[in-house]
Amino acid sequence: MEHSETEIKKHVKVYISVFAALAVLTVVTVAVSYLRLPFHQAVIVALSIATLKASLVALFFMHLISEKQIIFSILLLTAIIVAGLFFLPVASV
Amino acid sequence: MSSPGLIRYISKPHPVTGVTNSKLGIWCFLASEVMLFGALFSAYILLRTGAPSWPRGSDLLNVPLATLNTIVLITSSVTMVMAWASLALKDFSKYRRYMGFTILLAFTFLVVKGFEYGHKFEHHHFPSTSNFYAIYFALTGLHGLHVIGGIIVNSYLLFPGSALWKTEPEQFMGRVECAGLYWHFVDLVWIFLFPVLYLL
Repeated sequence: MEHSETEIKKHVKVYISVFAALAVLTVVTVAVSYLRLPFHQAVIVALSIATLKASLVALFFMHLISEKQIIFSILLLTAIIVAGLFFLPVASV
Repeated sequence: MSSPGLIRYISKPHPVTGVTNSKLGIWCFLASEVMLFGALFSAYILLRTGAPSWPRGSDLLNVPLATLNTIVLITSSVTMVMAWASLALKDFSKYRRYMGFTILLAFTFLVVKGFEYGHKFEHHHFPSTSNFYAIYFALTGLHGLHVIGGIIVNSYLLFPGSALWKTEPEQFMGRVECAGLYWHFVDLVWIFLFPVLYLL
């Protein structure tokens, strides 16, 4: 993570843009829910928007965009195990 | 710095991992948190797919209040990262302002959630009422506890803990960054809880 003054000021601009994007996406996801789409479509739209919002938070606020390899290794392992956790109930139905 | 008993590499990156031990530690903790919430989300999927019928969240819960809380939590994530950025710019008074805002927004979130819970209890909707309410209270209750945890840590870093800024600024910045990572995670969980419980 770069800590020079100009770098930080650049980061601050990014944080504001990300905030605006998160606010807009929140409004979009609520607006879409009022359309009463068929359930499967509604799930895909709502979870896609949530994943996009979560990615913005993780990449920019949690600085994953400039993080070291070791952190990604931990997250990859977590993602594999959590995917298994989600697959279990789906597979058992 | 290298006297026995002290945890090393809390300000400078460890030569092997490339990150501070504090950051490695908080990410391992967050990985365990993903599993904790993941298990409950998994339980939600199991309950929902196994139920003969499941209510639409928006028919039972207050979507406008939850939307307000989503905006509150997103804003608090921005103020948290701005608090860290202020320290990076060596502006301590700005740090205090942003950290204060973050705590205030966290309290706002809890007050709004309290109204929601109060309304449910008034109408005799408890965790024992149905599987929907059971998983709703379990997930939002656990998330609420995390918000309280964030308030405690951030309050420490705003008041007594901030004395470290004068003696070990880099270490203090590291602490604020770790508290920030936790706080953004709490925001991230809500980003998924909101559509899953309220909109679908």
